Amino acid sequence: MTGGIYRPETDGALLAMVNVYKTFPVRKSFFSGEDLRVRAVDGVSLTVPPGKTLGLVGESGCGKTTLARIAIRLLAPDSGSIRFDGNDITRMEGEVLRVTRRQMQIVFQDPYSSLNPRMKVRDIVGEGWLVHGLARGKELRERAERLLVRVGMPAEAGGKYPHEFSGGQRQRIGIARAIALSPKLVVADEPVSALDVSVQAQILNLLKDLQEEYGMAYLFVSHDLRVIRHVSDAVAVMYLGKVMETGPVEDLFREPLHPYTRSLLSAVPMLGDAPSERIVLSGEIPSPIAPPPGCRFHTRCFMAKKECAEVCPLLREVASGRFAACHFL
Amino acid sequence: MKESAGMGRGFARRLLRNRLAAAGGAVILFFFLVSALPGLFSSHEPNRIDIVNILRPPSAAHPLGTDDLGRDVLARVVHGARVSLKVGFVAVGIATVLGLLVGLLSGFYGGWVDAVLMRFVDMMLCFPTFFLILSVIAFLEPSIWNIMAVIGLTGWMGVARLVRAETLSLKERDFVAAARAQGAGDARIILRHVLPNTLAPILVAATLGVAGAILTESALSFLGIGVQPPTPSWGNILTAGKDNIEYAWWLSLFPGLAILVTVLGYNLLGEGIRDAADPRLKGR
Ligand SMILES: Nc1ncnc2c1ncn2[C@@H]1O[C@H](COP(=O)(O)OP(=O)(O)OP(=O)(O)O)[C@@H](O)[C@H]1O
Ligand code: SF4
Ligand SMILES: [Mg+2]
Repeated sequence: MTGGIYRPETDGALLAMVNVYKTFPVRKSFFSGEDLRVRAVDGVSLTVPPGKTLGLVGESGCGKTTLARIAIRLLAPDSGSIRFDGNDITRMEGEVLRVTRRQMQIVFQDPYSSLNPRMKVRDIVGEGWLVHGLARGKELRERAERLLVRVGMPAEAGGKYPHEFSGGQRQRIGIARAIALSPKLVVADEPVSALDVSVQAQILNLLKDLQEEYGMAYLFVSHDLRVIRHVSDAVAVMYLGKVMETGPVEDLFREPLHPYTRSLLSAVPMLGDAPSERIVLSGEIPSPIAPPPGCRFHTRCFMAKKECAEVCPLLREVASGRFAACHFL
Repeated sequence: MKESAGMGRGFARRLLRNRLAAAGGAVILFFFLVSALPGLFSSHEPNRIDIVNILRPPSAAHPLGTDDLGRDVLARVVHGARVSLKVGFVAVGIATVLGLLVGLLSGFYGGWVDAVLMRFVDMMLCFPTFFLILSVIAFLEPSIWNIMAVIGLTGWMGVARLVRAETLSLKERDFVAAARAQGAGDARIILRHVLPNTLAPILVAATLGVAGAILTESALSFLGIGVQPPTPSWGNILTAGKDNIEYAWWLSLFPGLAILVTVLGYNLLGEGIRDAADPRLKGR
């Protein structure tokens, strides 16, 4: 077949994560007293080129949020490395990290918990300017107003508190905060999942417009394939802490290769351009505390054979520019 | 909406609609007025001894009667209000500041900081508070300042636990992660993002705490180790009342009522604030 194991292109990439692992402690097992850990991110590599969007898709609990927060070092990985804009930020700390953070921002899923209810909107939006000594007082107020107008809010919004706004408006405020420091990378963690469908499109278009205007890259997390297809240049499909398939968005939606991707796409019929067979994803997602041995997906895979439960397939190039982790591709 | 129930206009409206809380607030306001302008409520000198008129029942000249030294009881109760208020506020002020400090550090940093501070809290809670106060007071000169300090220094643990619990949940909120991403340091996150969001429950605790402090002061003064005569305090007026309870009921009744009404007022207001700040907690 085509090529070797997936190696993220570290040259020229804005963000490159290599072999990232992250576990969380959970309560001890009631029976054995053994220390259990959730394997939230279980050896993930990916890259985001400057100015482009990588869509990260997967079912609930597969580790998307954890991975996204590691990408901008809100969390530290257990092992693996993260390069951002030519620098290794894996173990970066203190003042250096604080300054580097200007370049990487985040938009959250929950428009309520993401805005401090006791702060005025202009102080929320302008906090980065204040802490980096870029603007304060009257100047901060004016800059915040201009920014709020840019994201589709009235200028007077700056003097109000978050609770005076709807979910969609609050998400605009969160977006304004994220772009205030002109970052190179914005992690958008399910930015529209909590919104009404009618509002979702507006916010997605705003994010696209801003990307064109400011040239920033997005790591865009969603469990909604339609959203992912709309915004992404490339897609990574996650399952139980691992990337199952990654490739350019058009290829991946036209011809999904990995059995998991195929199952996901077939569940959303109007998505597949080719009339696809309907594959039903049976069973529950196994617990990330004790993921299945071998291929993580074998308990639900319609193509699974005996060796799938024994050997874990590596993410490798199965067609030009297409990577998947499956023994039978 | 989750946190729209803040301290804004809706909060004030909900608080005023709660009749009991409004009544509590009115009582507190009344006693504020009494402490600020005692002359308005009694023309007598609280410490003027009048041997001719000892233990006189309520009359036009002495609306609440006189005590065993012929001093006007109304004047003494009126001037005692200031003592109660001062003790209540200063003691709770000390307790709140200490509790905030310990709770914020403990909850925010976790780890060994949390372990050390919380063990200290547990230790402090092992002793019955009143016993602790008694034993400390035994070594100090009984004065209003010592009383306030001791009540404050032994009353911060509840606030600390409350603030710690709030901090633990607040620091996981997305707006704290956002502040981090913006480049905010620990100090800014604690002061600007965590602290302001703990104020509603603290206000409740503080209001209830004032009631407790006033009670404690009265009890200490009643036992003779609080505010020292001749300075009037509701507690030490009661002491004189106890000795003469068989033939001068007014000497016990009026300071007792003052304590009761004030403490009730703070409790009602405190509970009202709690309900108004978080209407979901209100059981109807
Ligand atoms: N701080 C934490 N402590 C313990 N377990 C955690 C923590 N954060 C995440 N997990 C666990 O790690 C796994 C991955 O969680 P994560 O939030 O990254 O998934 P997700 O793909 O974002 O899910 P969702 O679609 O529900 O947002 C889950 O099993 C979750 O319970
Ligand atoms: S390796 Fe086996 S179980 Fe895993 S996706 Fe491929 S066929 Fe399915
Ligand atoms: Mg998530």
